[in-house]
Amino acid sequence: MPEMKKTREGWGKGLVALGDENPNVVVLTADLNGSTMCNFFAEKYPERFVQVGIAEQNMMCVAAGLSLTGKVPFLATYGAFASTRSLDQIRITVAYSNLNVKIGGAHGGISVGPDGATHQAMEEFAIIRSIPNMTVICPSDIHETRKATIAAGNTFGPFYLRFGRENVPVVTNEDTPFQIGKAIEMASGSDLTIIACGMMVYEALVAAEELGKNGISARVLNMHTIKPIDREAIIKACEETGAIVTAEEHQIHGGLGGAVSEVVVQNSPVPMELVAVKDRFGKSGKPSELMKAFGLTSKEIIEASQKVLKRKK
Amino acid sequence: MRKKLNIDELKAKALEVRRDIITMLTYAGSGHSGGSLSSTDYGTALFFNEMNIDPKNPEYSERDMWFFSIGHVTPVIYSLMAESGYFEKNALLKFRKLDGFLEGHPCKAHVPGIECSGGSLGQGLSVAVGAALGSRMDKHSRRVYAICGDGELQEGQIWEAVMFAAHYKLDNICVFVDYNRKQIDGDVEDIMGIHPLDEKFRSFNWNVITIDGHNFEEILAALEEAKNTKGKPTVILGNTIMGKGVSFMEDLHTWHGNPPNKEQAEIACKELGTTLEEWTTHLENN
Ligand SMILES: Cc1ncc(C[n+]2csc(CCOP(=O)(O)OP(=O)(O)O)c2C)c(N)n1
Repeated sequence: MPEMKKTREGWGKGLVALGDENPNVVVLTADLNGSTMCNFFAEKYPERFVQVGIAEQNMMCVAAGLSLTGKVPFLATYGAFASTRSLDQIRITVAYSNLNVKIGGAHGGISVGPDGATHQAMEEFAIIRSIPNMTVICPSDIHETRKATIAAGNTFGPFYLRFGRENVPVVTNEDTPFQIGKAIEMASGSDLTIIACGMMVYEALVAAEELGKNGISARVLNMHTIKPIDREAIIKACEETGAIVTAEEHQIHGGLGGAVSEVVVQNSPVPMELVAVKDRFGKSGKPSELMKAFGLTSKEIIEASQKVLKRKK
Repeated sequence: MRKKLNIDELKAKALEVRRDIITMLTYAGSGHSGGSLSSTDYGTALFFNEMNIDPKNPEYSERDMWFFSIGHVTPVIYSLMAESGYFEKNALLKFRKLDGFLEGHPCKAHVPGIECSGGSLGQGLSVAVGAALGSRMDKHSRRVYAICGDGELQEGQIWEAVMFAAHYKLDNICVFVDYNRKQIDGDVEDIMGIHPLDEKFRSFNWNVITIDGHNFEEILAALEEAKNTKGKPTVILGNTIMGKGVSFMEDLHTWHGNPPNKEQAEIACKELGTTLEEWTTHLENN
């Protein structure tokens, strides 16, 4: 078993690193300072931390206003609220104005666990990536989340970052290069490509290893940036491996699978299978139980791989 | 430093702004007459007396910032911008047209000087509050001005921002409520009452000033009081009249979102001391 760490800790550490370098970085939260791990920043830079209270719509627009004065505002709340309660604010104030606002959607995915469906954000990729100007990132582990947070702070424009609640396997290291919009090949392979994001990258790696034992060579792409998606890597995967499986902790409609399909069908159609939540709300339970119950483990990725290979000409 | 217009000059400028509004709405064939005309006098006072802005250099770092939280009143916003030199007046004739750059609702990407896009009610005040906080963090002397509609105050987000501004004691922000008592579907008090507004704001720890929103002496005095009020934000409740300045539009909610047709525009222009033709030519050549 690999080392386990929280992606949200990567966000918290990334904010401090940014704060150390750039006095214009400010952090806002809506009564979720501790659980979004903004508290690292808040403790070190209290004068640049803004507690907004339970008012996500206001928070989104206050962040927008701060950006107009040259600040680089990072805000965090649960993704379930960030991507829905304050969606109109994201669309019109932040995205239409193309403001330098960085949105942290904490507690993404079914792995949130016992809080249940209300708190399990599983629609954010679909919602946010349909809005012009937005960049959407879902890092795979603590290191990648830290790097993604720092990269967002150093790149102008509105960002949505999704991270999770639980400890998840560490699949990259401190030095793995991270570039917005550039997928990372985590395993090489020639029979098919598994494209995953977030904690599903680990599941994809486990699946690839299992498949390897049966003589199937699976490439694994860590597609941390959902938008703008790495078209080049996807087209290359189609051409070189001829079959694709996507895996994400998100609804099946409009998420990573949708984003990859859009590139595939318009460029180099190959058979695809999507591992995702099948158009249903989440449930209370232990994270590991839920991942199994909702079909988000290496097992389903392996099954999808076998299925896609049968369809491959 | 731009010259500050005195009261007589402000009155004359407001008349021109109203002519612009009527003319651009007529050519657009759609758009919001009522609230544009009711907020004209306050807007004119802001742009031509109160604010430190440099229309030729909209990003000027020392500038005051202004936010029309009522994004739909683009006729008055664009007129004020054109009259103060952000862009040429002939652009007003392409308001809401595909080959123009003046969108139905404010778009930051198309119009330098628009700080933030808007049009979804209830958001602009929060943006203004954020800008006020950011300015204070930098110990910047700028003041931030927001204009809200009275119907708009029914949005819950407004009160989130109102709470926030008082909590953080933002005395560098001044909000004007265009209290014309009308909204799309009728009278504000019938649709969803907001009365008593002064007490509401006071209980949220704001400094409240109630004025006749068409009286320049009162507007300038209120803005002065706002500047001298420390430790709390100020709201100016401006009693106004929807459609002010055009007799057949005055106090009628039906003019909230409609433009005049050509004949109505002729009558309106006459009341405003011009003709449609004369003012069109004026805009074309400026
Ligand atoms: C969030 C949102 N809901 C609805 C609308 C549609 N709308 C535009 S203006 C308006 C009425 C605004 O009333 P008020 O603030 O009193 O402005 P006035 O009528 O005085 O111009 C409505 C409902 C909108 N622009 N934004």
